[in-house]
Amino acid sequence: MDGNLNALTTVFTEFYYWVTVVFMFLIHVGFCLYEVGASRRKNHMHTLMKNIMIIPLVTVTFFFFGWWIYWAFPNAFPGMGGISLEAAAAYTPWSENMGTNMDDRITGVFWAAFLLFSWTAASIVSGAVIERIRSSALWMHAVAIGSFFWIVDAAWGWHWDGWMVKVLGYHDAYASGVIHAIAGGYALGVIVVLGPRIGKFAADGTPRDIPPHNSWMLAVGILLIYTGFWGFYAACNVPLISPEVIDGQIIGTTWTATNIYLAPTSLSAITFNFLMSLSGGLMAAYVVSKGDAFWTLSGGLAGIITASAGNDLYHPIQAMIIGAVGVVIVYKLHYYVERKFKIDDAVGAVAVHGYAGVVGLIIAGFVLWGAPSSPYEGYAAVNPIGQIIGALIMFGLLGFLPAFIISKIQASMGILRIPLEVEIQGLDLGEQHTYEAAIADINVATKAAMPAE
Amino acid sequence: MSTIGYKDWAVDMAEVGAIYPFQGWEVAMTVVGVAFWIGWHIIQFRGESAELEAARKSGDPEAIKKAIDRY
Repeated sequence: MDGNLNALTTVFTEFYYWVTVVFMFLIHVGFCLYEVGASRRKNHMHTLMKNIMIIPLVTVTFFFFGWWIYWAFPNAFPGMGGISLEAAAAYTPWSENMGTNMDDRITGVFWAAFLLFSWTAASIVSGAVIERIRSSALWMHAVAIGSFFWIVDAAWGWHWDGWMVKVLGYHDAYASGVIHAIAGGYALGVIVVLGPRIGKFAADGTPRDIPPHNSWMLAVGILLIYTGFWGFYAACNVPLISPEVIDGQIIGTTWTATNIYLAPTSLSAITFNFLMSLSGGLMAAYVVSKGDAFWTLSGGLAGIITASAGNDLYHPIQAMIIGAVGVVIVYKLHYYVERKFKIDDAVGAVAVHGYAGVVGLIIAGFVLWGAPSSPYEGYAAVNPIGQIIGALIMFGLLGFLPAFIISKIQASMGILRIPLEVEIQGLDLGEQHTYEAAIADINVATKAAMPAE
Repeated sequence: MSTIGYKDWAVDMAEVGAIYPFQGWEVAMTVVGVAFWIGWHIIQFRGESAELEAARKSGDPEAIKKAIDRY
């Protein structure tokens, strides 16, 4: 680090991303609470452990190859230039940059910020499939989406050099598509093959509600996800950058915060828009669901997700209205798909993340029509067609399709779904017996130690 | 055409102000936003009134006693 100003900027940026990572950990805490609250008592521990083990499995694979993909794959699409080994050389697991290194204080925290997004993508899928998927099958999917498919989409559409940004003018500042649409599409691809939980649909096809065993855990879980979402938003920004670092594309000498594409925005802007889209989502969801707590809380999340593609630029009132419109579409679509296609999405993940992400991308294409997608010359401007194609790539090509194929393979091998008997008795039956035996044993031992009267 | 007023970012950030879409329409957007807020209260109030009226008429004495005992 040459010079104190450079040192200060580097250490500030390092600390900035570190704080976002700590905040984002709360997203996973929230997902765990939410999933366990939504599951029945007979499945608690397996539901929890299924999500907890996403953390180490996605972390190590993201270290081994996920982070490398982000830097190698921005143009890895037919006709776009292919994989760049040179650009990604610093991010192989054997690179000196991927360790304690006084010449590189940013890679670790930047890697971690992306890694926490990976956990989120995998955790979204985890919620949709509770109470009937084998943990081993889910963990394969977690690695697939968390350390491969989502980071490929990030390289293509969430990187200053990504081909989707250059060619399509794809704009997705806070990940409506690159996290939420892909994770929702992926979840749909799995549950189409996995099938519904026992009893979800009556013989005539009418869906039954399977209520959560603990509504409070659901509520606190979503509130924690909101909290973590603040960190997610901050992590999507570059906090401070000089025009020279953006190759002089922005003229003058004034430093600025930017989005992931290195185009100007500010923390103030995204704070306005985060809160207004949350509010629009909550208000619309409350009305459309007639005050249902689950949908109102989820609607707040869907409101933010719908507005996220353009929340670096929207006016706060636009963010509020877009969040509200998205939630109404998402709510209606969820029940239409459930009834029409007999889809059992246990936590509404496909709707709240997938449909909201797709709707948000398309709306951004109209509202931000003609805005520069990048500070670099020659990039396509933001436009509706580019955003619609982008939404199809995120939800369909990189989300639904690979999930469907992998799930089909797992199903054909008999390793996707738990046995019928286990689903009926609950995944935790064995642990419950052990737990009760341990209680009986320790109580007998404690009573035996009582002094004689 | 660009809804945010900038077609590229080859600009001096010291001279850039608002960059949100549809600048000049702030008053109209505020009217829409306020209408959304007021409309929400009206819809919510009507829904709540109907819900309370339905609940008032559906009271099963035994169920009410159980609810009281459950605290």
